[in-house]
Amino acid sequence: MDTLLSSEGDSQRTQYPYVTGTSVIGIKYKDGILMAADMGGSYGSTIRYKSVERLKQVGKHSLIGASGEISDFQEILKYLDELILHDNMWDDGNSLGPKEVHNYLTRVMYNRRNKFDPLWNSLIIGGVKNGHKYLGSVSMIGVHFEDDHVATGFGNHLARPILREEWREDLTFEEGVKLLEKCMRNLLYRDRSAVNKLQIAKITEEGLTVSQPYSLKTFWNFAAFQNPTVGAEGSWILCLMMFCCTKTCAFVDASFSFIARHGSA
Amino acid sequence: MDHDATADVNAPHSMGTTIIGVTYNGGVILGADSRTSTGLYVANRASDKITQLTDNVYICRSGSAADSQIVSDYVRYFLHQHTIQLGQPATVKVAANLVRLLSYNNKNMLQTGIIVGGWDKYEGGKIYGVPLGGTIVEQPFAIGGSGSSYLYGFFDQAWKDGMTKDEAEQLVVKAVSLAIARDGASGGVVRTVTINSEGVTRNFYPGDQLPLWHDEVEAHNSLLDILNATNPEPMST
Repeated sequence: MDTLLSSEGDSQRTQYPYVTGTSVIGIKYKDGILMAADMGGSYGSTIRYKSVERLKQVGKHSLIGASGEISDFQEILKYLDELILHDNMWDDGNSLGPKEVHNYLTRVMYNRRNKFDPLWNSLIIGGVKNGHKYLGSVSMIGVHFEDDHVATGFGNHLARPILREEWREDLTFEEGVKLLEKCMRNLLYRDRSAVNKLQIAKITEEGLTVSQPYSLKTFWNFAAFQNPTVGAEGSWILCLMMFCCTKTCAFVDASFSFIARHGSA
Repeated sequence: MDHDATADVNAPHSMGTTIIGVTYNGGVILGADSRTSTGLYVANRASDKITQLTDNVYICRSGSAADSQIVSDYVRYFLHQHTIQLGQPATVKVAANLVRLLSYNNKNMLQTGIIVGGWDKYEGGKIYGVPLGGTIVEQPFAIGGSGSSYLYGFFDQAWKDGMTKDEAEQLVVKAVSLAIARDGASGGVVRTVTINSEGVTRNFYPGDQLPLWHDEVEAHNSLLDILNATNPEPMST
């Protein structure tokens, strides 16, 4: 390691992140993998950068999405560049697929964690090789797994429940994009670090495309939003309303289960 | 009751700062204030935060004065050697990436945010931001330092692509001046450096010639001048 460009002095290192990206979501679909991430780079609570590309190609077969410290992601891309370069230099007709890239990154992240010097990222790797679709994730401490749908950060709490309900093995490209957009819109409403400029990337056996940056429409025109405090004056009115509300809900729920059990005409 | 004021003169020198870099159709303009503070004391009211790396690449420094100076010294040294080996002027991208390497690899020790700006024959005028942590971000314009907090909204509204040199210069001076008005850690004069294919131009806007903003009043030599002027305002109790 060039001693002028870096120091050997620190024996105890756990850093903190400065410029961070928020959630990334990935799903398998009929022809391959779809991944989505917004283009925000936050600096604490300030949304400082709004054109950060967090989805990148790796070799011929893989796509990586990162959340967390952007400088560490930039360094990871340099490592991957070197990995792919050496793989190409073998010139043996083989090329690293997403499973291999995932494994490499898992080792890198885990070993850095053991030195108390983590790369402060959560990564998602997806790709298709020889007809096999692969989608996996690695965290900054080396926790790794693969699944049909994965997410980082807030995405785990807000997007995955939607995906658990609505994901299917045979999603078309259009259905997959709509599903990801549903998740991203939800994140936009509820994640403070989200920005309304995102990219969706698709990888299939044929190749990879990262979409141009675009924004999602958001919906605010609800009566309850326009008059949120109607009926709040006077606690007995509120109690009465809540009573009516819950009774109505219970009645509706009960009716549905009745119909479900006995069938409707 | 008052805490010891002498504690300030020994506090680490830090550039609570406002620094800006913008591209225009032909080059870049770098701008900065001139205040260096140690705690609450202004150690230097006329510092030069825009530092030369090569003939065609300059940087704006913010954060710890010591850290930003040592980084710029190392990068200037590396760029000098690189230029000799290359046989032609270094590109802005190379300079920015050298700054990134030092910032990233020493991220636990350094506390400096840097804006790299310059002109080269391949890409023209370019601005790169290298904030804390060592991320590198190419941007059409960049703002940094403590005063930049007050300028995000301003630039969201006032920035336009493809400005002329004069438009861009006016924008930079206005912005630094607005930040100085609200950021206690920024002040003094506004310095700008313009870099394009023709070369480098330095400009200096003294503090007393900057525009006045809300709730600021015109400067006078003395109250007596006001009193002696025709129709003076009566002194109020």
